[in-house]
Amino acid sequence: MTFLQSFQSNICSPMILAFAFGIICRLIKSELTIPRDLYSSLSIYLLLALGLKGGVELSQVEWRDLFLPAAVTILLGCITPVSSYLTLRYLGKFSIADAAGIAAHYGSVSAVTFIPAEKFVFANLGEQSVAPYMPTLLTLLEIPGIQIALAIGVVGLAKSRALQETGLADPQEPSPSRSMGAIWHELLTARSMVLLVGGMIIGLIIGYDGFTSVKPFFDKGDWMFKGALTIFLLEMGLVAGTRLSDLKHAGAFLIAFGIAMPILHGALGVYLGTLAGLGVGSSTVLGTMAASASYIAAPPAVRMTLPEANPTYYLTAALAITFPFNLLLGIPIYFRIASALVGQ
Amino acid sequence: MNTHPLTLLTIVSETLLKERLIHELREAGAKGFTITEVSGEGSRQRRVSEILGENIKIEVIVKPEIADKILSVLQKQFFPRYAVVAYLSEVQVVREEKYI
Repeated sequence: MTFLQSFQSNICSPMILAFAFGIICRLIKSELTIPRDLYSSLSIYLLLALGLKGGVELSQVEWRDLFLPAAVTILLGCITPVSSYLTLRYLGKFSIADAAGIAAHYGSVSAVTFIPAEKFVFANLGEQSVAPYMPTLLTLLEIPGIQIALAIGVVGLAKSRALQETGLADPQEPSPSRSMGAIWHELLTARSMVLLVGGMIIGLIIGYDGFTSVKPFFDKGDWMFKGALTIFLLEMGLVAGTRLSDLKHAGAFLIAFGIAMPILHGALGVYLGTLAGLGVGSSTVLGTMAASASYIAAPPAVRMTLPEANPTYYLTAALAITFPFNLLLGIPIYFRIASALVGQ
Repeated sequence: MNTHPLTLLTIVSETLLKERLIHELREAGAKGFTITEVSGEGSRQRRVSEILGENIKIEVIVKPEIADKILSVLQKQFFPRYAVVAYLSEVQVVREEKYI
């Protein structure tokens, strides 16, 4: 399959078209909105389904098969926030807080990008081509990126304040330092984390037999899940469409960053995936995970801990640039890289 | 009816701060409060609501000195960094002992 063909097959899925439709609704200034409660309900359903199915499949996995992929995933989670921060701070000349805030988003992972990536691979290589433990890797990748970027931000700001205090008379009042314990608690109990991990534990306990009773409702291959994802992506399109007008505030550098950084992280993710012995399909999904930017777990964490960071930057970059890019072009690109590396 | 003057402190903030603000109110000695979900835009005009939720309005009736105490906490920890506004008004209440 050529790149163009895989790109076309990606574009013509109902989810991607719903996303594009959402953007168009905003561009033509339609008053269409998805009720906030429906958005919350859908995200709870999608995350729980993802965790549940992941847990059920994990119950069949040998733990030693998981070791190497888990190790490279955590390594990815440690590299991506640092590379993002350094790029933003020293090439993009962003402030410490802004650079760290954006880095937290790019270091973490977007579950909603993960699902279309899996769907894309299923469509190209079949259901067996993605390792059953990928949702486990998703949860592993979610936390370290946010933590590392927040730590860089908090420490960096404290240092620059200390410098200011020796020089200037009127340093800003330091923000009440939130204890590391409070930040950890917040990240580990965040909605996306609790749902994924909780679903996974339930899945592990019930196994394939127990899953049959709820399968039509929760199974990723089933109509219910796909339909919910389509509506969810329509909402994401609406949100991204609203954010498009913020692109002019974001500036050329952030736009370039929102496209180049995912490609670099995606390529690195695919490469490390193949090193860990993952196949084309799983490496593509791991690459997409590394390339994606979180917008469920990261925004509240950053807003709480690094309030100095401007939300316009991180939300616009993650939602209006990187998410559509990954959805439309990124996933086929990572798939091509994986195919080339594995030699198919 | 026998009424007493007390201070109504109204805080409008991003939803994210709900738990922290409640904690501060309790610390300062407020007995109770009412929270409603509201929407709007302020001088910061940073629309983050689609991900982080709309705003909340917290209303709390307290003695003037407690209102003052809460305001100074807001001034120190919240006003510089978050989207928060707060204002005072005088209200007349019955059953004063419920509030102080």
